[in-house]
Amino acid sequence: MESILKVKDLCVNFATYAGTVNAIRDVSFELHKGETLAIVGESGSGKSVTVRSIMQLLDRNADIASGEIIYNGQDLLKYSEKKMNDVRGHDISMIFQDPMTSLDPTMSIGKQVAEPLLIHTKISKKEAIEKAIETLQLVGIDNARERINDYPHQFSGGQRQRIVIAIAIIGSPDILIADEPTTALDVTVQSQIIDLLKDIQKKLKMSIIFITHDLGVVAGIADRVEVMYAGKIIEYGEVNEIFFNPKHPYTWGLLDSMPTLNVKERLNYIPGTPPDLIDPAPGDAFAPRNEFALDIDFEQMPPFFEVSKTHFAATWLLDPNAPKVTPPASIVARQKEFKKLTKAGE
Amino acid sequence: MTKKKAIIEISHLNQFFNVGKANEVKAVNDVSLEIYEGETLGLVGESGSGKSTTGRSILRLYTPTSGDITFDGTNIAKLKNGSKDMLKFRRNIQMIFQDPYASLNPRMKVKDIIAEGLDIHGLVSSKQERDTKVNELLQEVGLNPDHATRYPHEFSGGQRQRIGIARALAVDPKVIVADEAISALDVSIQAQVVNLMQDIQEKKGITYLFIAHDLSMVKYISDRIAVMQRGRIVELSTAEEIYENPLHPYTKSLLSAIPQPDPIVESKRVHTKFDAPEVEPTDNTLRELLPGHFVYCSEEEAKQLV
Repeated sequence: MESILKVKDLCVNFATYAGTVNAIRDVSFELHKGETLAIVGESGSGKSVTVRSIMQLLDRNADIASGEIIYNGQDLLKYSEKKMNDVRGHDISMIFQDPMTSLDPTMSIGKQVAEPLLIHTKISKKEAIEKAIETLQLVGIDNARERINDYPHQFSGGQRQRIVIAIAIIGSPDILIADEPTTALDVTVQSQIIDLLKDIQKKLKMSIIFITHDLGVVAGIADRVEVMYAGKIIEYGEVNEIFFNPKHPYTWGLLDSMPTLNVKERLNYIPGTPPDLIDPAPGDAFAPRNEFALDIDFEQMPPFFEVSKTHFAATWLLDPNAPKVTPPASIVARQKEFKKLTKAGE
Repeated sequence: MTKKKAIIEISHLNQFFNVGKANEVKAVNDVSLEIYEGETLGLVGESGSGKSTTGRSILRLYTPTSGDITFDGTNIAKLKNGSKDMLKFRRNIQMIFQDPYASLNPRMKVKDIIAEGLDIHGLVSSKQERDTKVNELLQEVGLNPDHATRYPHEFSGGQRQRIGIARALAVDPKVIVADEAISALDVSIQAQVVNLMQDIQEKKGITYLFIAHDLSMVKYISDRIAVMQRGRIVELSTAEEIYENPLHPYTKSLLSAIPQPDPIVESKRVHTKFDAPEVEPTDNTLRELLPGHFVYCSEEEAKQLV
C-alpha cells in the first residue's frame, strides 16, 4: 500500500497550571492512499490532538516536543506558517464536530465555500462561485444556485455539515481529516452524512482520517482502525481485525461495553477512569483498569506485537511468555466470527 | 404484562410556545401517555421532536398550554408555582441533566449541592444528620465520602453525573426524569452510569423516564419505549416489540439508521428514509394495533400496518 502521510514518533505536551500534560506520547502511523483510517478512543485519549498536530492547529500552550509528519516527502512540522497555510484547505482539509460553530454566521455560504479557491488558486471570483455551486450540489444541497447568498442560520444542522464538507473538498485535497463530524447530529442525519463522505471519497479519491468515539460509525466507514488510549496508539489493524480479532484488553473493554441490540444482560464496563497524563506512570497506562494486567504491565511499556502483517497490538499478553487468558464472552464470540471470515477468505 | 399502576398519566397534553404569534411552535401536540410505577419508559426521537419538552412538562418546569398531567392521583398541570402543593410535588419527581459540567454549580461544594434539596424540603434537622445523609448518598452512587468537601471541577464527567444522581436521590423521589443523562459520557463510562441507575431502581423501585437519542442504550435500559416525532408520540410499545416489530415508518427509519459495532452488519445495513407526509389524514390518532402496541395512524393505515 502506498502511503500518503506518515506520522513518526510524535510527542505533544501541553503546559497547564497543574503541570505539563503529555497528551501525545510517541505516536507513529501511516495513512494509505485512498483509504479511510478511523482513530477511536475516549475523550482525552489524544485523537483530536494528533490530527490537529498534522494541521498545526494546536492551542498556544501546546508544544510539539518531537516527531515528524511527512507529506510529499517533506516534514510539515518544519514548514513556516505561510507555507502551512498553503497546505491547509488545499492539500489537507479538516471538518469539525460542530457545524453550528465552524461556519461564519455573517458570511453567505457561497462566499464561504468559494473562499479556499480564492485563497489558494488564481481563479476569478465568478468562476469560484460557479465552482462553489457545483460543490454544493455534489454534497447534496438542493437548489444550490438559488441558495448561494443564504446565511448559515437558514440551513438545518445536517445541511450545515454538508456545507462544511463542501468547504473542505472544494480545493480537491489529498487528505480529508474529519474530527467527530457526525457526533452532534441525529442518527438519521448521521447516516446521510456518512453515506455522503463515502460517496465523495469514491468520486474524488481522497484519503480520509476519521475521528470518532462511536464504534458503530467506525464499523461502517473505516478500512483500517487505530485505537488510542492515554496519548498512545495501543492497537491498529484492518477493520475486521479490530472488530473480530481484537487483542488489547482496552479494545476488548470498549467493544464489550457497547449494548448489542439482542442482549439484555447486565452491561459490562471498564472500571475506573482514564489516567492523568501529567507525569504518567511507567508501564501500560491501561494497567490499573485492566483485569488482565500482568506484573510487567505496571513496570514496562509493552512494545507492538505483530498479530498479522496489518494488525499490531501493544500488550504484554501477546508476549510468548505471557499466560493464556480468556477474553470476555462477547469478544470470544467475535473471534469465532473472525475464524469463519478468514476461512471464507482463503 | 400484568396490569400496572400508572404513577403519571398525561392526557391530551399540549405545550405550545409563542402562542398566537406567527412563529408558534407546537412542541408537544396532544400527547397522552401513562408511566407505570417502577418501570423505565424510554422516550426517543430526534432533536426538535419534543421529547425534552415532554420531560420538562412532567416536571412542571413549564405550565402546560392545555391538558392534564396526573401524578399519583393529583392533577399537577394546574398547580401554582410557589404553592405548598407544588413544593410537595417537586420532592416526588427529580431530574438528571445531560451536561455534567453545566448542571452543577461550580461555586458550591459537593455536599451542599447534594443537600440543597434536603434543606429546601426540611428533611434533616441537624448538621450532623445532613452530613450523614450526604455520606450515605455518596456511597450509594459509588463515590467516596471524602469527596463531600470538594468542588465539581475536581471530578471527571462520569463522577459528576454520579453527583447529579445523588442530588436527585437525596429527597427520596418516586420518579426521576433523566434527560440525555449519559449522552455526554464516554462509552465505557456510560455503561457504569447505566448499571448504577439500574441498581438504584432495583433497590428503591424508582420510576425512570429516560430521554435519549442513543437508541441502543434506550433499548437496553427501557421496559417500554415511546417514539416521538414532530411533537407527537408516533409509536409506543415494549422495548422488544419496538425493536423487533416496528410498525410506524418513522420508527423503522430511526432504527435502520443506528450504526452497529460490526463491520459485516454495517456493510449490509440500509437506511430507509422517512419523509413525513405534507398533509396528514384527519383521523390520525394513536391506535392500539396490537396488545400494548400503539401506533399513530389513520384508520385506513391501521388496516395496512397489521
